[in-house]
Amino acid sequence: MSGDTAKLSKNLLRMKFMQRGLDAETKKQLQEDEKRIISDEHWYLDLPEQRTQENLIVEEKSFVPFEGLLYGRMSFRGFNPEVEKLMALMNPHVGEPQADADAGRMQTDVTDEEMALRYESLVGSLKKKFARKRDRGACQDDDLDVNSNKLEQNAKKMFLKPSD
Amino acid sequence: MLSRLKAKVGSVLLPGDEFCLDTTGADTISLAGPSKANKVVCGPGLRRSGDRLLVYKSGLLRHKEPNMFWMDAQHKRYVPAKGETVIGIVTSKSGDVFKVDIGGSEQASLSYLAFEGATKRNRPNVQVGDLLFAQLIVANKDMEAELVCVDSAGRANGMGVFGAGGLLFRVSLGLARRLLAPQSDLRAELEQLFPCEMVVGMNGRLWVKSTGVQRTLVLANLLESCENLTPVQRRQLFGKLAQGAL
Repeated sequence: MSGDTAKLSKNLLRMKFMQRGLDAETKKQLQEDEKRIISDEHWYLDLPEQRTQENLIVEEKSFVPFEGLLYGRMSFRGFNPEVEKLMALMNPHVGEPQADADAGRMQTDVTDEEMALRYESLVGSLKKKFARKRDRGACQDDDLDVNSNKLEQNAKKMFLKPSD
Repeated sequence: MLSRLKAKVGSVLLPGDEFCLDTTGADTISLAGPSKANKVVCGPGLRRSGDRLLVYKSGLLRHKEPNMFWMDAQHKRYVPAKGETVIGIVTSKSGDVFKVDIGGSEQASLSYLAFEGATKRNRPNVQVGDLLFAQLIVANKDMEAELVCVDSAGRANGMGVFGAGGLLFRVSLGLARRLLAPQSDLRAELEQLFPCEMVVGMNGRLWVKSTGVQRTLVLANLLESCENLTPVQRRQLFGKLAQGAL
């Protein structure tokens, strides 16, 4: 068959509607040709391969992490209390030798005195929390209910005879 | 490379000296099982070029565990480096950025939004000529440096406009670093003197303030002279001052 018909051009064969009639071998060859053309047209930089170990060296331009430099604002002898507070905040490692001395004490935001003052008003409700249910009524000896209304004192429970 | 670098610690190196990174060297073969690749952090004065480590500043090679190397040298010219805090002078306001002179080769830019509590409507009150304590977040050799006056959490942390009634002057970068060093004798001695406040920029700018003009000037002169004093001379000077001779 190929002898008597005129040979079709490669470009024509590559067209979509011609693909159906082609046999597997010609198809493969066409694809290979195409691939070669594409790869020929790609550009390459003729460079030596970059080594993978290059990230073994990390660059750092600043002196700060090397010399462990401190925060740049400082105030001495209470000249500017705000800055002294900042210094303590930003240079956490400076006071370390002193910090070791009172390491036993926890770092607290609230002092014990403040805490006591705060809980002063809560003593009653805390007491109630730890009391048994039966004793709860006895806890309310400060005579105030939740709405701070005066409660009746010694309101003894007893049967009230309904009035007719 | 590591062993050769460590052998040179504390000695003088010159620009052009180099160390080759050879993975087959003695320092990568260890008896204790498979050695994991340990990273080298090279600081100011050292530069990576391919697999070599180049020295580009003359000075002493310093080392800090683990594997941190840098060149210690005296400088007067500031080269902006990312993450450093500097003192800048506002030179112009243009649109939404301030131009700030930080002593580098080029002025740095500072967005008006990079202040604590600043919004599009609520602009910070910054005038031309104001002093700023700010941090560099972009510092490339090919690009304009960029500053911010807030930390990553949006708090000022002492950054921003400052400097009413103080005195600004320049010192060498080495002295600025000496003032900021964790165990600094100089700072410890200053602390003994009198109530004062100080702002140290990594760019070699120093701002001081004390209880009066005279004391501020004394402090400034003292710090300027500390540049070239030996520790003994300095102690004598501080002693004299403590006795009220100056």
